[in-house]
Amino acid sequence: MKKARYLKKQKEKEFIAALGAKARVYAPCLEDEAVLFKPAEPDSTICLSRPAVSSPKSVIYPQSETLFSFRFKKDAEDKRRTLVELDDTIEVPDTIIFGARPCDARGIAIIDRAFSKTDTPDPYYLARREKTTIVTLTCPEPSSGCFCTWVGCGPAETSNSDVMMTEVEDGYLMEALTEKGEALLESPILEDGTPYEAQAREAQKAAHERMVKEAGETDTTPVDPETFDSQAFWEKAAERCLGCGACTYLCPTCYCFNITDETVVDKGERIRSWDACMFHHFTLEASGHNPRAAKALRLKNRIGHKFLYYGEKYDGIIACSGCGRCIRGCPVSMEISTIASALKKNSGTVSGEQ
Amino acid sequence: MNLEKLKEIVRTVLPSVDVVVGYKKGFDALHPVPCFLTSPEEIDALVLNPACVHNLAAYLPSLKNKAAVVVKGCDSRTVVQLAQEGLIKRENVVVIGVPCQGTVSVRKVLSAINHQPVIGASFENDTLVVKTKKGETRLALHDVLSDKCLTCRYPTPVLSDHLAGEQIEPKTAGKEAYQDIRDFDARSLEERRAYWLKEFDRCIRCYACRNACPLCVCRESCIAETRDPHWMSQRATQNEKMMFHMIHAIHLAGRCTECGECERACPMGIPVAKLKKKINMEMKELFGYEPGISMDDKPPMYTFKVEEEKIEEHKIR
Repeated sequence: MKKARYLKKQKEKEFIAALGAKARVYAPCLEDEAVLFKPAEPDSTICLSRPAVSSPKSVIYPQSETLFSFRFKKDAEDKRRTLVELDDTIEVPDTIIFGARPCDARGIAIIDRAFSKTDTPDPYYLARREKTTIVTLTCPEPSSGCFCTWVGCGPAETSNSDVMMTEVEDGYLMEALTEKGEALLESPILEDGTPYEAQAREAQKAAHERMVKEAGETDTTPVDPETFDSQAFWEKAAERCLGCGACTYLCPTCYCFNITDETVVDKGERIRSWDACMFHHFTLEASGHNPRAAKALRLKNRIGHKFLYYGEKYDGIIACSGCGRCIRGCPVSMEISTIASALKKNSGTVSGEQ
Repeated sequence: MNLEKLKEIVRTVLPSVDVVVGYKKGFDALHPVPCFLTSPEEIDALVLNPACVHNLAAYLPSLKNKAAVVVKGCDSRTVVQLAQEGLIKRENVVVIGVPCQGTVSVRKVLSAINHQPVIGASFENDTLVVKTKKGETRLALHDVLSDKCLTCRYPTPVLSDHLAGEQIEPKTAGKEAYQDIRDFDARSLEERRAYWLKEFDRCIRCYACRNACPLCVCRESCIAETRDPHWMSQRATQNEKMMFHMIHAIHLAGRCTECGECERACPMGIPVAKLKKKINMEMKELFGYEPGISMDDKPPMYTFKVEEEKIEEHKIR
């Protein structure tokens, strides 16, 4: 299944508008200095030249969502009894993520497993996921902090996307990778892409080579168990961490959540919202005991989940796509790549840090 | 900023403390990071330049034993405020002051170089030289200074046990520190509301602003997250976000030392320091008080006068 079409740069807006007639379209939009995935409006400034501050995971997995709403009612027959009315309708429109990066697409694949490969697949997540088409841009240049090739992803990685778009002369080569992607490319705005295929291959190869030069080839060295269990290692690694949730909320692969009932008098909603393992409250138990009361333990869990525990559950896959967002967005520039690298090297410290 | 002098001071201070909090190199030249020195071998890794933005005093309340800390003018005010509030013991802290001509706003620099990845940066007098793959860009330091530095009244630390350099006079003498707030206040209520709703719309409730704030002291009991009592909903609506930021600002009334860390820490670039500055302006007008200036001051919210000079509500008119 390969269908190659060509999108002229001048027609980018027109194409997005045409997509918008069929579905909700989220694209990286410029807001002041920040690039954010937002619903594309006619007056939006689409910015594909640098990665968005946060990943587009919120499109499929919102920061906060209502699982169901409820209302308490007195039983008309027996006033001593209270009945609960529930509304758990899930309504999801067709959605397109335009201009994701390969690391974003991989992030969504990592979240997919957590919500689908379980005894209780998540209907809310899966409903959105099914209705979403992902159009991914080949990353032309590595940004500060990027290290995707080191964790087995890459700037031209096509898996998990429905359409791959690659910058070529005056436009983009749009290649369908799935049926959903093919449907999306049925558009009179697009031209025949065949003449640009060679150019796109060249660009993809070059992008990959540039990234490898920057971050190195995929490192399959396992995490050293002794270093991983060294308290001194984590205390050193975490000492400047402020314990906020910027890393997890900007991360394309983090999927932990919290559930709260928000009730006012006789009605309310059950909310599912993002949670962050770097927060003290994350593992606070009802008894008041907190198994991860110190930030070093919380950092160990965060890195451990990505580089160890996730893989133990899902075929050795690393739950980090190397997008570098946590590094760029951290108020104290914590470097997950350096910490992970130190863990593999069995160096016993994070002295590998620059 | 005098790195050699700083290293000399750290060398003398280190034997008498558990740890020295300073700066070292980070993932690129524009991002030095806080570091915690415990041995003399680490001293050579110290970095000191206008990209050393963090307020290191923020770490003091979490350090158990005697510590030395490198502070710029604005950060020194935090030390004073923390000590006044009993959040740190003055005798447990060795303050290494660094006279500062202003720190850079990484956002402004990235904007000026069109967000190219930085491969090198150096500071030459009043110029920042940034290297990217596309070449070298020379930026006048003044153009890329953090906003807070443009109206800085305390370039020399107000409190220090050691001073790494000569005292410097504020360059902004005579400039009104709160003019930007007054200009903003002049806008209509609707306009201001629309402004904040738009800004807060992109808040992700990561609490980087709160955790970076050296004076946010509720820590694990912050109302934004506690379940018992359940003050705030976990919904990601503009109202909830706005509520959180208003509470953050109000809790800093008469306490905020205007280090700007909340705003710098925000990954979404929301101008949250503006709210705190507004409240500081009100506190100054109402109580004639500026936080973190003198160890002898009593913060207005820590004291009580039967008749406040500028509050007339108790008087029968």
